[in-house]
Amino acid sequence: MSPEGSVEGSPVAAPAEATTSRTPADRRRLALMAAVGAVVLALPLFGGSYLVSVATLALYLAYVGQAWNLMMGFAGQLSLGHSLYVGLGAYAAAGLFSHFGVGPWAGVWLAVVLCGAVGAFIGWLAFRLKVSGVQLSLLTVAFAELARIGFDHLEWLGGPGGLFLRVGDRSHLDLLAFRGPPALYYYAMLGLCAAALGLCTLLLRRRAGYYWRAIREDEVAAQALGIDTLRWKLFAVVLSSTMTAVAGVFFAFYNNSLFPEQIFSFGRSIEIVLGPVIGGLGTLFGPVVGAVTLVVLGDGATEVLTRAGIDVPGVRQAIHGVVLLIVTIYLPNGLWPPLARVLGVRSGRL
Amino acid sequence: MALLEVEDVAKSFRGLRAIERVSFDLERHSITALIGPNGAGKTTLFNLIAGAFRPDRGHIRLNGRAIGGLPAHRVCAAGVARTFQLVKPFAGLSVLDNAIVGALRGERTVASARVRAQAVLDRLGLAAKASLPASSLTLADRRRLEVARALATRPTLLLLDEMMAGLRPAEIDELVGVLRDLQRQEGITILLTEHVMRAVMALAGQIVVLHHGEVIARGEAASIVRNPAVLDCYLGEDAPIDEAPAGRDVT
Repeated sequence: MSPEGSVEGSPVAAPAEATTSRTPADRRRLALMAAVGAVVLALPLFGGSYLVSVATLALYLAYVGQAWNLMMGFAGQLSLGHSLYVGLGAYAAAGLFSHFGVGPWAGVWLAVVLCGAVGAFIGWLAFRLKVSGVQLSLLTVAFAELARIGFDHLEWLGGPGGLFLRVGDRSHLDLLAFRGPPALYYYAMLGLCAAALGLCTLLLRRRAGYYWRAIREDEVAAQALGIDTLRWKLFAVVLSSTMTAVAGVFFAFYNNSLFPEQIFSFGRSIEIVLGPVIGGLGTLFGPVVGAVTLVVLGDGATEVLTRAGIDVPGVRQAIHGVVLLIVTIYLPNGLWPPLARVLGVRSGRL
Repeated sequence: MALLEVEDVAKSFRGLRAIERVSFDLERHSITALIGPNGAGKTTLFNLIAGAFRPDRGHIRLNGRAIGGLPAHRVCAAGVARTFQLVKPFAGLSVLDNAIVGALRGERTVASARVRAQAVLDRLGLAAKASLPASSLTLADRRRLEVARALATRPTLLLLDEMMAGLRPAEIDELVGVLRDLQRQEGITILLTEHVMRAVMALAGQIVVLHHGEVIARGEAASIVRNPAVLDCYLGEDAPIDEAPAGRDVT
């Protein structure tokens, strides 16, 4: 358990009591979870289409942030090219659908296998050549750029002109084809987020979590303690890339249009990184908090300005930059650890 | 059969010979000190045994099994654990989690590794600090944590690299006591490099002296510190050999 976790909580409750009865901290945590859970579950019922689309975006960023955080926050391997896996996943499923009529539920498997294989290849290449840190991140950028340029020349998948998916009747719910009202996509992303959070929570408590954090802190020491660091780093990369692939499939069927220039862009990779960095690197809830913060501030400001009749291009990116600056200077551990202290819950920083 | 056999091992770095035809054995349950002036090749030899470097030639065997050239994690799995001269705690993890990482080498579950880790921390006198972040420990405690983490992997051979450097005499004596207990009660074999002769004389039954990458003397601790060749390399050829007191700190 984290050192913070052991000192937090109610000063009156003895550790022995904590396991048998609910402490005030436990009750606070439960109440908070219930409140957040209720709002999140009911959001499409009371929220308008704008709110649902913004919330879906936040969930999407929280999910890919979680996937990226697994690789960087837990295992310490920096990727700045995660848009590669979003794009490959998206194109894999969209290509199957538009050319062969294969639906997303089958396409997601191709996306997962493809991205897992590409992730394993890049990881293997990097780790075999002892590439790490900034060099590793540059390698991931290079592969994403390679894909961007490659897909620009792949006319079969639309090339630079884009790949478009047939859009059916939006109001009609067709789960098999993953078509339906905005609430469908919202709940799909919510489910993915919950699954990713559950998976990460589980993994951190097991051997993988201990080994990843050991590798992150000091790889040479980890090796000396019997950890096959190559194998565990590859595991982190493959898991992260396959999780991101699923987000790509979602993106394809949510957006219905794919352009190499957009989906593989460096900006998209940075967008994935920002959430966990702002929310709290290596924490379980950091990616969620970061994504929500970025979307609320970025899209909120854009919306306010648009309604006021002011059209400033790039205002979202500017706000993201300012938030990143403030967090980096004043809260280097991210928003979540201090927020968790205020709320009286464990930060889950491991 | 000796526990560890080092036979004709050599290692060069870009033409610079760090280790030249080194051979020695370690008996089971013994404590052996590897001493020598700075640059003699002690840490290089450690890194060769622990799998951090591959030997250019020669053989290293543990229990008759070749371990020379294996990667570090497989050497550890074979039963060799080490500490680092420049301590490498997992700074962001708690003291207990540091030990759990080591204990997971031989344990199937995190729960059983936690039990083992707690026992090892208890043994090293770190139990009260188990929930602190490793980054908050003093140097002496970090050194203890290095030993605890290594010990948690259930080694048959423990390599300790300059454990005592920078510690106060009282801290050195404490750590010496802990190590001696480990060897006596758990039958662990220890190979240590050390400049602090106070610790070497208190711990080591055998001493191997390394100079310019070669073994220049080996044998019982008491006789080694009177060996003319050893005194030469430490004190210079003009040193009056018969006046050099045995057992003084030669650092």
